[in-house]
Amino acid sequence: MSGTEKTRTGAEALVQCLENHGVEYIFGLSGGAAIPIFDALVDSKIKLILVRHEQGATHMADGYARATGRPGVVLVTSGPGATNTVTGIMTAKMDSVPMIVLTGQTPTFVLGKDAFQEADILGITLPIVKHSYLVKQSNDIPRIVNEAFHITNTGRPGPVLIDLPKDITSGVCTAALDSPMDLPGYPEEAKLDQAGILKMAELLNQSQRPLLLIGHGAVIARAGKAVVKLAEKLNSPVTNTLLGKGAFPETHCLSVGMLGMHGTAYANKALTRCDLIFSIGSRWDDRINGDTKKFCVGAKRLHVDIDPAEIGKILSPDAYAIGDARKIIEELVKHVKPLDTKDWIKELNGYKKKYPLKYKKQGGLKAQHVIDEMYKVTKGKVIVTTDVGQHQMWAAQFFLIDEPDTWLTSGGAGTMGYGFPAAIGAQFGCPDKTVVAIVGDGGFQMTLSELATAVIHKLHLKVLIIDNKYLGMVRQWQELFFDNRLSGVDLKGNPDFVKLAEAYGAKAFRIKRSADVRKVLTKAMEYNDGPCVIHAEVIKEDNVFPMIPAGKSAYDMIIEKPKKRMEKPTGST
Amino acid sequence: MEKVQTSATEQKLTRREMHTISVFVANKPGVLVRIALVFARRGFNVDSLVVSPALDGHYSRMTITALGDRETLIQIIKQVGKLVDVIRVTEHIEQAVVEKEFALIKVAADAAKRAEVMLLVDHFKAQTVDFTEDSLIIQVTGNTEKLDSFISLLEKYGIIEIVRTGKVLMARGKEKT
Repeated sequence: MSGTEKTRTGAEALVQCLENHGVEYIFGLSGGAAIPIFDALVDSKIKLILVRHEQGATHMADGYARATGRPGVVLVTSGPGATNTVTGIMTAKMDSVPMIVLTGQTPTFVLGKDAFQEADILGITLPIVKHSYLVKQSNDIPRIVNEAFHITNTGRPGPVLIDLPKDITSGVCTAALDSPMDLPGYPEEAKLDQAGILKMAELLNQSQRPLLLIGHGAVIARAGKAVVKLAEKLNSPVTNTLLGKGAFPETHCLSVGMLGMHGTAYANKALTRCDLIFSIGSRWDDRINGDTKKFCVGAKRLHVDIDPAEIGKILSPDAYAIGDARKIIEELVKHVKPLDTKDWIKELNGYKKKYPLKYKKQGGLKAQHVIDEMYKVTKGKVIVTTDVGQHQMWAAQFFLIDEPDTWLTSGGAGTMGYGFPAAIGAQFGCPDKTVVAIVGDGGFQMTLSELATAVIHKLHLKVLIIDNKYLGMVRQWQELFFDNRLSGVDLKGNPDFVKLAEAYGAKAFRIKRSADVRKVLTKAMEYNDGPCVIHAEVIKEDNVFPMIPAGKSAYDMIIEKPKKRMEKPTGST
Repeated sequence: MEKVQTSATEQKLTRREMHTISVFVANKPGVLVRIALVFARRGFNVDSLVVSPALDGHYSRMTITALGDRETLIQIIKQVGKLVDVIRVTEHIEQAVVEKEFALIKVAADAAKRAEVMLLVDHFKAQTVDFTEDSLIIQVTGNTEKLDSFISLLEKYGIIEIVRTGKVLMARGKEKT
């Protein structure tokens, strides 16, 4: 640095580092301890998106990251500002999303003294971050930011939190912006595990009824094309997890769609019949594997994951390779041979015919109908985000996804309130695409204040509210497993979402009748002057099927509501 | 870090065993808490924990003894290994390492019992480091089993206090700890 150059504050160094890392947007909400950073942003080309609640900022950063593959950046103040990011950080951690969370902090000389708006956010978030820092020297800022960007989006991605005391951001930083990283414990990318790959190829080549199981890892690793090649060479059917949607085209003839608790019947039937199951970036999670003892009984298990801790965590594989899914599959393709799977595919096509996903258009407005029409009207060529609950499962069933990074949903964490702000983030990241948030009336009300954010920036996103005036998924469980003793699920007092949207200055549409669905959705999609909200008032009591009760296996799948009362589930929620 | 008391039948059922793990870490703030959290989350009971700077001051060594089943331990080792500041984590098998522990034991030994106690001190190659009218402090070094048997022999004289360092160990020969 030349002697004439202006002295940099820690905050200015921070902002310049962010610029150097290609940050376009920061999603944030200001506050006392973060003022120096907000001040430095005034002179930056980075656009600050002011949110209405910090949770919204984290989900926006998350949606931005999932839609673009680049880390989302959040900036909040200390104390409550920081604690409001906890849900969003946990959501990103559970789904391996790259995110940098910058939190203002009270000055170092009062740390630990219960100063105004002091919260030990580093301590609070320890179990839900990939890594975190409390910066104690202004000169450490460039190194830490460089490390954070490296950590958040290499290996298995995850959120990194940087806690920045006010005296550190106000203090002078003379360190070079490209200060080298000091990460002796952080692994370099591993070499291709050739032996593991050959072992997997050998088992695949012996299989008669293989099934590829595609998870989020395949999306993150951009492994889609390689997986298509593998599946087509093997003639192997493919199923995907909720988060794996998009890695392998769901409209492909080899796809049996999503498996798991509310997956398609044919995907779950395939689980019970395959002689080999090959997880590519899925972690055998309890939504697809309620009972590990009865998961694909007798089938060989193959596993590709970038995280060594996932190998054998839930199920021990017969062969595995640790590393980048795309590179591993590209190598694996060379070693497999075409299999004769005609009978196997014929069997699965039989299940497709026998147990199709279906709904009735009569008898009131159905959520499935609205979502299915949305899929048809948009021809699937949009980015879809969802909230969590029944509408999420119906969206997963009826909104088929062919392209990676166009399906954003909170899977691991199951965070209600995620869908709408995630759509805002995705829309900022992908201005040329249309983003559709499919949300429930419950989840939407958790983060709807971000309507202001969407309106101010004239984002042309659509919010489709599936309003059944219930916390529907819990109501379904209570109906099926708890003698219909409804408790804490009635959302009596919901606002008129059309009026609410209009109060924020957004365009709004309403759907009440099945006959209007296509007409209204078409009109809503044509509207292009800012956000629009579509309030679909669907029938109150409908259930998501097929269903595998928690703690059960695919062998116990139910296609429709049983006449007999069901046992209380033993598995996790 | 409560003292572990598991009955024999319980031990059989859950197959909980004592494991010794050494962790080589970057000497950065918070690394101890991050490791402790992994153990706690998986229900492992940390029995002893020793942290000290390594030869190169940028790094620290931790020796952890913990009680739990082996399957969980493997998962813990993998999770600890994932932490950004952890360089290496190893479970040690007794034969391949030299392990030592140090203890200070305050015994209520008045003049009448003192001679007997001193015989034990002598036998275990321990030392007395404090002498008062009705108590003495003994320091003893050795592996955990030796310390355990020494302490149990002293019990009948009345042990007032014990401070143990917990186990430290080093891999034999060329192996890295």
